[in-house]
Amino acid sequence: MAETNKQVKIHVANLKKNFGDLEVLKDVSIDIHEGEVVVILGPSGSGKSTFLRCLNRLEEITGGTVIVDGYDITDKKTNINKVRENVGMVFQLFNLFNNLDVMGNMMLAPTELKKATKEEARENAMRLLKRVGLADKADAFPAQLSGGQKQRVAIARALAMNPDIMLFDEPTSALDPEMVGEVLQVMQGLAKEGMTMVVVTHEIGFAREVASRVIFMEGGYIVEQGTPDEVINHPKEPRTIDFLSKVL
Amino acid sequence: MIQIFTDYGPLLLQALGQTLLLTLLGLFFACILGLIFGIMSVLKNRVCNVISTIFVDVIRGVPMIVLAFYVYLGIPYLLKNGWGLTGFVPTALQAGTICLALNCGAYMAEIIRAGIQSVDKGQMEAARSLGLPYWKAMQRVVLPQAIRTMIPSIINQFIITLKDSSILSVIGFPELVNTAKNVVAITFDSFAVWTIVALMYLIVITLLSRFAKIMERRLNRGRD
Repeated sequence: MAETNKQVKIHVANLKKNFGDLEVLKDVSIDIHEGEVVVILGPSGSGKSTFLRCLNRLEEITGGTVIVDGYDITDKKTNINKVRENVGMVFQLFNLFNNLDVMGNMMLAPTELKKATKEEARENAMRLLKRVGLADKADAFPAQLSGGQKQRVAIARALAMNPDIMLFDEPTSALDPEMVGEVLQVMQGLAKEGMTMVVVTHEIGFAREVASRVIFMEGGYIVEQGTPDEVINHPKEPRTIDFLSKVL
Repeated sequence: MIQIFTDYGPLLLQALGQTLLLTLLGLFFACILGLIFGIMSVLKNRVCNVISTIFVDVIRGVPMIVLAFYVYLGIPYLLKNGWGLTGFVPTALQAGTICLALNCGAYMAEIIRAGIQSVDKGQMEAARSLGLPYWKAMQRVVLPQAIRTMIPSIINQFIITLKDSSILSVIGFPELVNTAKNVVAITFDSFAVWTIVALMYLIVITLLSRFAKIMERRLNRGRD
């Protein structure tokens, strides 16, 4: 990779994850560098979402090493909450806090974790809402927003913690087709600014345009990886070819 | 009946006050017990889960009248004659409060467990992914949403507890039913006395139900 001179943000070595007897991740190793946008493709059940959720330990890790931002998160002594403060996550089903309005959603973590005073948090939240084009929705409750708006708020909420890594778990899969664009646009903007991003998605177009690296996963392994041109336009592995022929 | 009400109304109203006092004390501690055991049952910790299950099963499996005799007479007897400890003789109010708290607490624990489990798992995950510790996420995100769905069941449980407080007449606490029995013993007019008592319960519980409806409507406002 051309990025090797940059700092390694995420180091994964021989990651294994079992759910009971089911081996979901068998042996995954990868280094992700600062500013990289890594898009993970693969059929459902390939382990891509599980892999992403291991990066902030939303899933307990069965084996191997995962070092995020210099912290070994497989080590029980690591304060996982501290690591998570710098790793934003965006979910398929948005997961906005239903009991709080948009501003409340944005301010909860920064104020509770003493990252900012109320005034600073509010100012920062407004700035981020403007950026995702939802400044007028600060007082709305999640139930009053469309799917696309919810997901943009969710991205802004994650950014409010000022993370240096962002994880996206199928951020557009639950959206109506006409709302996919607005969310991808926000993500593309983030990528341009140099955010380190790991994105699980089915949006091949996004992968082609925005990714610095595309990873194809299947059966709990990374099968193939490279630039979007290499993996999407000239795949070598039969399983990648097979998958792409179905989705393209 | 009017004669009985003018003669014994103040006494019965005072007894109603005792019923309410007992119920409120019981409910207060029941809420604490319910919260503790309810949360213990949703924690990812086998020991906590088992303790909570045992508490709920034992309390639910014993009639409150037995529980009342046990707390008021059984345990003090054991302490005095079994272990030689004197001075642990609860008043009827203390024993009654403990009984109501245990009994209602077990049901509250179940209501709270179900309420917490009704909140989508993604809410907790999103809060944790921002770096919030488990308890903060529980307190600021999960519980506020769980309470909304719990309110109707909680009010229902409050009403049941208010009615169940009459069982504590058996340990001699001067609540409404116990007092009414004494009034009947003096006046012999069962019909009048029990009608008055029934109406008293009916009025208090109707007011409580109305209040619950208003609360529910207010909590659901602005929800969608």
